[in-house]
Amino acid sequence: MFKVSRYVFYDIIKNKIILGYTLFLFVVSMSMFRMEDSNKKAILSLLTIILIVIPLVSVVFSTIHYYNSYEFIELLLSQPLSRTRILLSEYAGVCISLLSSFFIGLGIPVMLYAFNPTGLSFLFTGSALTMVFTSLAFWVSVKARDKARGIGTALLLWFYFALIYDGLVLLILFSFSDYPLEKITLLLSALNPLDLGRIFIMLKMDVSALMGYTGALYKDFFGSMSGMLFTSGIMIIWIILPLWLSVRKFKRKDL
Amino acid sequence: MIRIEHIQKRFKKLQVLNDISAEFERGQVISLIGPNGSGKTTLIKSILGMVKPDSGKIFFRNAYINGSFAYRQHIGYMPQIGRYPDHMKMGQLFDMLKNIRGVPEEQLDNELIRQFDLFTMFEKPMRTLSGGTRQKVSAALAFLFNPEVLILDEPTAGLDPLSSEILKEKILKEKQKHKLILITSHILSDLDELTTHVMYLQEGNLQFFKEIGNLREETGEQKLGKAIASILKSEKEVQTVIRDLLSAVKK
Repeated sequence: MFKVSRYVFYDIIKNKIILGYTLFLFVVSMSMFRMEDSNKKAILSLLTIILIVIPLVSVVFSTIHYYNSYEFIELLLSQPLSRTRILLSEYAGVCISLLSSFFIGLGIPVMLYAFNPTGLSFLFTGSALTMVFTSLAFWVSVKARDKARGIGTALLLWFYFALIYDGLVLLILFSFSDYPLEKITLLLSALNPLDLGRIFIMLKMDVSALMGYTGALYKDFFGSMSGMLFTSGIMIIWIILPLWLSVRKFKRKDL
Repeated sequence: MIRIEHIQKRFKKLQVLNDISAEFERGQVISLIGPNGSGKTTLIKSILGMVKPDSGKIFFRNAYINGSFAYRQHIGYMPQIGRYPDHMKMGQLFDMLKNIRGVPEEQLDNELIRQFDLFTMFEKPMRTLSGGTRQKVSAALAFLFNPEVLILDEPTAGLDPLSSEILKEKILKEKQKHKLILITSHILSDLDELTTHVMYLQEGNLQFFKEIGNLREETGEQKLGKAIASILKSEKEVQTVIRDLLSAVKK
């Protein structure tokens, strides 16, 4: 399988956008760690940026990459390779490139300044989100034949998870504030990988006290071992499901 | 070698291939011709498994190619447009495909790489190459693994006259090795000396599939272009005659 993804990786790491992305992450995280007096604060500030930037870059870059590789995928299809393998190789190539950017740009500063459970859960969330949004991007690109439509949908997806979803959750919480909603908010957070990642890190930082009763419930749940397994499990589903759907679609597709 | 049985393909409202059946054997050089949008590329892509026909079957060496992929190791394909990853070096591209195919070095056919002088450009990223050079790369890749079947989609489009001549020589050479070669082209004069059979598609219908000798005999024309033109003309005449007769009958 790495026969192909290796070369996809070689190709992408020379891409200027990926280099810029790495540099951006590095500069931002280094300056945060240098500016803030405690590294927890720095991670909190970084979190806000990261939760916006990582999904955006992953989703847009992967989509554009897929459409630009269309003829290359055709070439691979004329070789004795199965379709599943071709798509998964492409996915692995893109994912590994984005993850290396992330680990160089953010991993190194975090290792240097915040090598503790909070820092590690931060890295875990970041890499999971990279994979989730690359998966989603592949699904969108395999589905939409037209490049403009594909990129548009990918952006909309990002917009939904990063901004609209929270608004919807707030709306629900407000409208039903007379009812006990703790369990439901727990469930709702699983439906958005971004929220899941955010809660996961926040709870590692002991700022849950600020979140009132729900926070306490969250702490109780996510802080436990089973909560960690739950988070990892949901993240893995968020990675596998769109990828599986895209492979299924890709197998039947005319190219 | 390749048998096509009643292939149908429809893209939304457009019937791209309409009940195409044909059989291709070793030693044949088949010219697949027809106007733009007549379904030539779709037919080629169906053989390669890139396009899945709505109905009908394609057999490779008597095995139904229903979604399988191993048979493609016997096919060399040169696409109409060759686009490659921007930052990949030409050498890496060749390495990757050698890796995928796993054909031992001594069985590789490097002749075109040599003749097109591509070895000197192995360090160049694909994005810096001109369209013609990329076309040469596509051609070299199609012939590299010494496949039994060659499928060339508009092979000479975009090549300079010298390279185009080199490629034609190469095709002739492979023809003598008793391979099956499928070519689509709009430049009929290119096909004249190569072809053994002509397959003419129009709006997804197979108009005729004839040996070149028969075609020349029937039309009395030596040049492929003229022979086809005269066939199409006579067909049109037949159609007008039929139409006239029908309207006469109605009256």
